[in-house]
Order: sequence, then structure tokens, then C-alpha cells
Amino acid sequence: MTAWLSFVAVGVLASLGAALLRVWRGPGRADRMMGAQLAGTSGVAVLMLLAPVEGWAALDVALTLSLFGALAAVGFVKAVSADGGGDPEEDDEGIVEPPPAGGASDG
Amino acid sequence: MGDLATYAFTGIGLVFFAAGSAGLLRFPDVFSRLHALTKADNLGLGFIALGTSFQAGSWRDVALLALIWGLMLLAAATVSQLIARDALRERDGE
Repeated sequence: MTAWLSFVAVGVLASLGAALLRVWRGPGRADRMMGAQLAGTSGVAVLMLLAPVEGWAALDVALTLSLFGALAAVGFVKAVSADGGGDPEEDDEGIVEPPPAGGASDG
Repeated sequence: MGDLATYAFTGIGLVFFAAGSAGLLRFPDVFSRLHALTKADNLGLGFIALGTSFQAGSWRDVALLALIWGLMLLAAATVSQLIARDALRERDGE
């Protein structure tokens, strides 16, 4: 059982490698943020897998890490806006017309 | 019986994780990558949580696993909206 859980944990670390590759190669800042989000998710997955092996305290660490993942993205979006206040609704009119590709038209 | 379930579910979870990460690398567009990232990977996380819960000694651990997965789902939902908004603005706004 321990060997299998460690094997799956290594597989999840490979996806962490994919996330870092995305961070390195990502053209836009949004891609790099996605890599960070995947790093958080795979970190939580590794901790979950190793909990039965190393001890169930790892779950508390996974809980904290999952919260950081969410707040990292909020920090990213807030830092992007001009005054750092970063209310996503503040300059909604910045988007002149709905995107041609039928993307998510908000508001 | 419990071990068999753990083998099966963590295996399925790994498959979804690999699919999500492969999608993150291979998809051409920011928005399609978001789908791969937030949906496939979280499903993989859910299966891994389910598989690990068979090994849990006490119900507290099972509840903690479910809570972690729930928080990750919430995080993924909000993160994908925030990132998509930012990518949309970057493409059209500035």
C-alpha cells in the first residue's frame, strides 16, 4: 500500500512539473497564474496521498495549502489593477465590446 | 476490500490528474486551459481524496478530506473566474 501511494504521489509530482513548465513557458500572466494554481492543487494531492503513510497530521497542512491556493489568485487579480485596490467590477467598461469568439460576456 | 478501493480510486485520480496537466500544456488557448486545470485536476483530487479516505483511521480524517476537496472546488471555481476575467481584459481592454 505504501509503495502504491508513493507511486501515485510521484505521478502527481510529475503534474507539478507540468505546472512549472507552464509557468516557464506560459505566454500570458494568466497562464503563469494557472501554473501556480496547479502547483497548489498537486501539493494538496501529494499531502493527501502521503497522509496514510507519514501520519494524518499532513491533512491539516493540506487544508492550509488549499486555502493559500485560493488567496494567491485573489492576490494576483488585485495586484493587476492600477491602484492595487483591485475591485474586479471597478472598470467593467474597460471591455469595449463582447469578445467575437463568444467568450464569457460578463455584466 | 478497503485496500482494493484505495488502489482503484487513487489510480483513477492519477489518470485525471495526468489528463488535466496534459491539457494544461497542450491546449492552444488560455480559456481552454482553464477548463483542463480547474475541472480535470479537481476531479482527480476528488478521486484521490476518496481513495485515501478508505485508509483513514477515524471519521475525523474522512471529514477533513471531504472539507479539503470542497475548499479546493470553491478555490478552483473562483480562481478560474478571476483568471478568465483578467485574460479577457488583457486581450481586449488594454
